[in-house]
Amino acid sequence: MVKKYDAIIIGGGLGGLTCANRLAVSGHKVLLLESHIKLGGLATWFKRKGGHIFDISLHGFPIGMIKTCRKYWSKQIADSIVQLKGIRFDNPQFSFTTTFDKVDFKRLLKEEFSINQEVIDDFFHTVRSMNFFDDQSMTTKELFEKFFPGNDAVTRMLMEPIAYANGSTLDDPAITYGIVFSNFMDKGVFTFRGGTDVLIKAMADILETNGVDVRLRSPAQKILVRDKKVYGVIANGEEYHCDAIVSNANLISTINDFTGASHFDDDFIENVNKVRLNNSSCQVYIGIKKGEKIDYIGDLLFTSTAGKFDSKMLCAKDVTSRTFSIYYPDIRPGTDMYSIVASTNANYDDWADLSEENYQRDKKRLIDTSIDALEKYIPDIRRKIDYIEAATPRTFKHYTRHLRGASFGTKFEGLKVSMELPKQIGGLFHTGSVGIIMSGWLGAVNYGVIVANNVDKHLRKC
Amino acid sequence: MTKEEVRQAVLDIIATIAPDEDLSTINRDAPLREQAGLDSMDFLDIVMELRKRYNVDVPEKDYMELVSLNSSTNYLAPKMADK
Repeated sequence: MVKKYDAIIIGGGLGGLTCANRLAVSGHKVLLLESHIKLGGLATWFKRKGGHIFDISLHGFPIGMIKTCRKYWSKQIADSIVQLKGIRFDNPQFSFTTTFDKVDFKRLLKEEFSINQEVIDDFFHTVRSMNFFDDQSMTTKELFEKFFPGNDAVTRMLMEPIAYANGSTLDDPAITYGIVFSNFMDKGVFTFRGGTDVLIKAMADILETNGVDVRLRSPAQKILVRDKKVYGVIANGEEYHCDAIVSNANLISTINDFTGASHFDDDFIENVNKVRLNNSSCQVYIGIKKGEKIDYIGDLLFTSTAGKFDSKMLCAKDVTSRTFSIYYPDIRPGTDMYSIVASTNANYDDWADLSEENYQRDKKRLIDTSIDALEKYIPDIRRKIDYIEAATPRTFKHYTRHLRGASFGTKFEGLKVSMELPKQIGGLFHTGSVGIIMSGWLGAVNYGVIVANNVDKHLRKC
Repeated sequence: MTKEEVRQAVLDIIATIAPDEDLSTINRDAPLREQAGLDSMDFLDIVMELRKRYNVDVPEKDYMELVSLNSSTNYLAPKMADK
């Protein structure tokens, strides 16, 4: 007999996990299908010989994550969230360390960049009051031009961290910048003490307690539709029935691959085809020899040797702009291991079609240039490295199954398509990184909650 | 439910969403947003909780009816009269 659920969640990223938990708490019977061997999506980690653990995306999130985790997960998870106080910028235009909160950024704008106090206050007020329903025609570039005309250095300080956080560019709508920036700039940058593995394990335990049926190694293959309504999913060759489906997979593959474009209206598909994916990423994972120490040089380093900020250059293969996330032992209490993750934004096309030989060559170059850059901050780093490995857009595509290895979901237009899915096919929902706003750890979790509310409404038919 | 019971039901829900807030001093006519430190996600939680506990739906276009305790009570009382 085919197993029947109220809701099936395809994909266990932070959005899918949170949506599953909310629906289960609300009394629904939920199945969560995950293609990979572990939950978390891009909120993930891996272990390597020698006791190394590498976190992929635990770089830092806004303070709002505390309240969100407390409400939708547990107090214990919320209580493990701690602030990262050393956010360091170093590039040819400026070099300083900041706590990355509103007070300190206002101070920096005044002292380091000699911006008039009135302009600073007006800028912060403007971005703080931006919301989703505002005019979307103004770009981030135009926003900066309005407040800091011709000031490349200020543009860089305000934009570079956000570009790393969610792949946005100067050409994206100013409101997407405003919403994300004011979230981060309120009280600084936070992280989860214990590491991604502990967080995801805690979430998995809560899902189990709340009765969610979780299946790992279960890639969804098809979303079943009859009379413009979903009725089930085929995963791993097995058929499951349900009244609602939430896809936490890539938005475009949900529509084109799992469901099939023929089930949707033509003008909807036209909009789907216009949705742009965000860029992908490269990362270099550096494990420090057991027993070796690294002096505190900051938690998050935004470094570059490029003369000025340029959205396109940020994804280029010869990029020198990279973020170093330094994980000291206190991130995993009880251990004495250090690890460093160097991240850059990247284009899928630059890596997709390389021969195996050239791919290995370019990966080696990525590793070498990252260590060269790191040497400036940790002069004896080469001697301390025990393990090193690189990930490219191909790696991201392989593990997340996201089209073109997109590591930040879709651009702004994806949000509307994501939200309109249930109007096209009854009971079909999507949650995940879309529209820049619903991106990053906090955006993903909150979007999972928003979608859970819509699914709950659909299931209760009230 | 009487109007007073509806008011209490709303307060009970807010107490689970904002456990650290003192709700005994709430001004019934003033916005809840500032008084109980509620953000838009909290209002979404109230809506979901109302649906779960009382099978009452608040459509998105009516979210502003939940602005204060009194406006919430007035809006919900007819919907919850038979609960």
